Amino acid sequence: MMDHMLTRSLDRAATTFMIVVAACGILIPLSNMLLPAGSMFQVPTYLVALWGKYVCYAILALSIDLIWGYCGILSLGHGAFFALGGYAMGMYLMRQIGARGVYGNPDLPDFMVFLNWQKLPWYWYGFDMFPVALLMVVLVPGLLAFCFGWFAFRSRVTGVYLSIITQAMTYALLLGFFRNDFGFGGNNGLTDFKDILGFNVQAEGTRAALFALSCLALIIAFLICRAVVSSKLGKVLIAIRDAESRTRFIGYRVESYKLFVFTLSACMAGIAGALYVPQVGIINPSEFAPGNSIEAVIWVAVGGRGTLIGAALGAVVVNYAKTFFTSGALAPYWLFMLGAMFVLVTLLLPKGIVGTFNSWWEPFRARRLTDASAAREDGVSAPKMAE
Amino acid sequence: MLACLRAFALSLLLVAFAGPCLAGPFEDAVAKLANDDFSDTEEAIGTIASSGNPLAYPIIGALKDERLFADGETKKVFIKQDDGKVIDAATGAAIDSLPDSASAVSLNNRLRRTVDAALGGLTLLSPDLATRLAAAQSVFKSHEEAVLPTVEGALAKETNRTAKTALGEARAAILLFKSDASEVDKLEAVATIKARGDQEAMAMLSDVGGDQPVAVAKAAAAGVASIQSTLAIWSTVQNAWYGLSLGSVLLLAAIGLAITFGVMGVINMAHGEMVMLGAYTTFVVQEVIRTRYPGMFDYSLVIAVPLAFLVSGAVGILIERSIIRFLYGRPLETLLATWGLSLVLQQAVRTLFGPTNREVGNPSWMSGAFELGHMTITYNRLWILCFTLAVFVILLAMLRFTSLGLQMRAVTQNRRMAASMGIATSRVDALTFGLGSGIAGIAGVALSQIDNVSPNLGQSYIIDSFMVVVFGGVGNLWGTLVGAFTLGIANKFLEPVAGAVLGKIAILVLIILFIQKRPRGLFALKGRAVEA
Repeated sequence: MMDHMLTRSLDRAATTFMIVVAACGILIPLSNMLLPAGSMFQVPTYLVALWGKYVCYAILALSIDLIWGYCGILSLGHGAFFALGGYAMGMYLMRQIGARGVYGNPDLPDFMVFLNWQKLPWYWYGFDMFPVALLMVVLVPGLLAFCFGWFAFRSRVTGVYLSIITQAMTYALLLGFFRNDFGFGGNNGLTDFKDILGFNVQAEGTRAALFALSCLALIIAFLICRAVVSSKLGKVLIAIRDAESRTRFIGYRVESYKLFVFTLSACMAGIAGALYVPQVGIINPSEFAPGNSIEAVIWVAVGGRGTLIGAALGAVVVNYAKTFFTSGALAPYWLFMLGAMFVLVTLLLPKGIVGTFNSWWEPFRARRLTDASAAREDGVSAPKMAE
Repeated sequence: MLACLRAFALSLLLVAFAGPCLAGPFEDAVAKLANDDFSDTEEAIGTIASSGNPLAYPIIGALKDERLFADGETKKVFIKQDDGKVIDAATGAAIDSLPDSASAVSLNNRLRRTVDAALGGLTLLSPDLATRLAAAQSVFKSHEEAVLPTVEGALAKETNRTAKTALGEARAAILLFKSDASEVDKLEAVATIKARGDQEAMAMLSDVGGDQPVAVAKAAAAGVASIQSTLAIWSTVQNAWYGLSLGSVLLLAAIGLAITFGVMGVINMAHGEMVMLGAYTTFVVQEVIRTRYPGMFDYSLVIAVPLAFLVSGAVGILIERSIIRFLYGRPLETLLATWGLSLVLQQAVRTLFGPTNREVGNPSWMSGAFELGHMTITYNRLWILCFTLAVFVILLAMLRFTSLGLQMRAVTQNRRMAASMGIATSRVDALTFGLGSGIAGIAGVALSQIDNVSPNLGQSYIIDSFMVVVFGGVGNLWGTLVGAFTLGIANKFLEPVAGAVLGKIAILVLIILFIQKRPRGLFALKGRAVEA
């Protein structure tokens, strides 16, 4: 009975969430493109790009919530998967520049010409083709996560140990990508993109389309996560989160479940990164910084871990706050706020915004549902719960 | 210097072509200066410089400074010394006053160069030891045959052992490449150079070509091989020392974490900021000393150590009481909360002290270096190593022999039992956390001596510290010690092979792999605690 109510209530919230995202994904680009500039309802292009960034962060937050909220794996290196996806897309965009770079070399990106490289390194081959780049966006983070998880979960590295080694992983990647001889542009990263699939990345139309695509990706990611967590697989994941040893003793191969969900989550993070790069126009090694990954975790904590919607909401809320505070006179105090957010959320709001809201709202809903089922028993059809 | 010697040699050659020298060439040359003719002066400089006469250096020095006066009539030359007294240049006898007819010996640009070159050779005779050593070193490098008499003269007079060795090596270098030197001399020279045993000696011996006698070439080749192996050993020793030094820094940064994380199981991401607070405490102490009691600068660190312990310890206790105690048993939440705390602390320090690096000075007993064989050991690194070991021993003794240490171990092993025995566990928690943080503060004092004191100081150590503790094994101070030194030494041995950054990456990857193999570190706790 209780289970039934929970799924129903979640379903309604999920539908609302998807409708809101879809509405944003359609209306914001339309208003940007169709309404005249300066009109009250016109969304300026810079805002489209900014909100596009938030949507990408929301996908990243979803991927973290999937493993942290439902499987208890706290990854402090998810920014690495995000950045790897971003680099794969960045490499495609670099190849698209072609001979229009400063040095006019048709094959080599500018930074390679600058470093006196004679030919393209082997790992850059194929990135001039969009499908290959798309494949790499998913494959590279997925493969890294698979290898990493395969080692870590099999040897039963759990809890904080796992968190610390994921942090070491992203730190090692940070150091590596800072090097010029890695062939990813070193300190400056990849930038100065010209076009994507033949469309100018700077153009309003492209930005609007990218925004709509990001919203679509968010919806798809959300649906995938929902499908995973509401399936039997999801129940096992929750069991692992709550009592790993017990789940293992019951007979489940805990490490396979963890490995699957970790890899899936890394692929999602990679896609988020790939959508992020053309919208912000640059990818550099600082995306690998351990601080970024931990910040992404706090989005999930603020929104509410184990709620999916909360994760996406948290990412948008925290980043909106960040933009708001770092652009004004309050800029020096942003880190105080962010730090305080970490502390206060963990101390006072452990369920996050959505989780707290749910538990506050639950008694009301329970009463309404009881009334409804009582009514049904009387032979009256249950009232529709549209909103 | 090399150019000087070349010019000097050139001037000597000119002297050789000048014709037969009369008896008393030195006095003769001095008299020539009185002609005040540029070519005569040049000849005279050459002769005087190679004469080995103790007056040569004063004469040419005076010539350079235009303190050399000559009387064209009497052909007498005088040096006007810095203190105004006048001496006869040929004999060194004091003169009451300059004769009226004496005028300064004039120079042109060409002569000035010759004078400089001559002085370069003559610095072998300089009264200043450092100048003599530098001159001998440069002669060793250039091994100009023409300087040989000067070198031999200087060698005969030299009393300082170091300078004597240096001169001997310079002489050997000249003899080795002198075409008419005897084979015995050359073999002796090879032995002397081999005994020097550094990179330069090796380069010189490998320069010995086929035009040399076979025995000499053979000896030189053997010398190169022996120097090579010695140098290889020394570079290993040097790497080991660097590794120990890095290991001591890692240990210092990680040792506080070994208490809070290892003993208490609290993930304190703000640990690095405790280190930073210690470093800033040092800065404040030095600032006060600089402005109020400048004479006490050498004691600044001695004052800063207890203060840093108190500051960081107090902040630690405050954090434990206000945040961490609500999060016991929820390690992931603790991690996030303390990370947030680290952001707040960093920003607070940035607001108070500014975002730039603050200058923290080395007291005199910590600056400088000394040579040990073929490697250089800086005093600050040596002191930090000693300091780290001292802190480690004190901490170990504290845990072992004091009642607080006993209570800490009791609470770690079985909290409920400890509470039942009347131990105030929450007080012990606070004190343990304070102790760990205080030690981080002490680490900050030491690290301020070798690192930039900036708000980001702590962040650069936090990942390394966690690596050390996890690698060494949680809950075991000895593990931390071994872990820190292993990582330090491994890092320094990988560095020459792979480069600094790749070496570091390799270490991180190795640790990640190592944790797969031994998830609980090198020295794992055994028994029921493992599954806790």
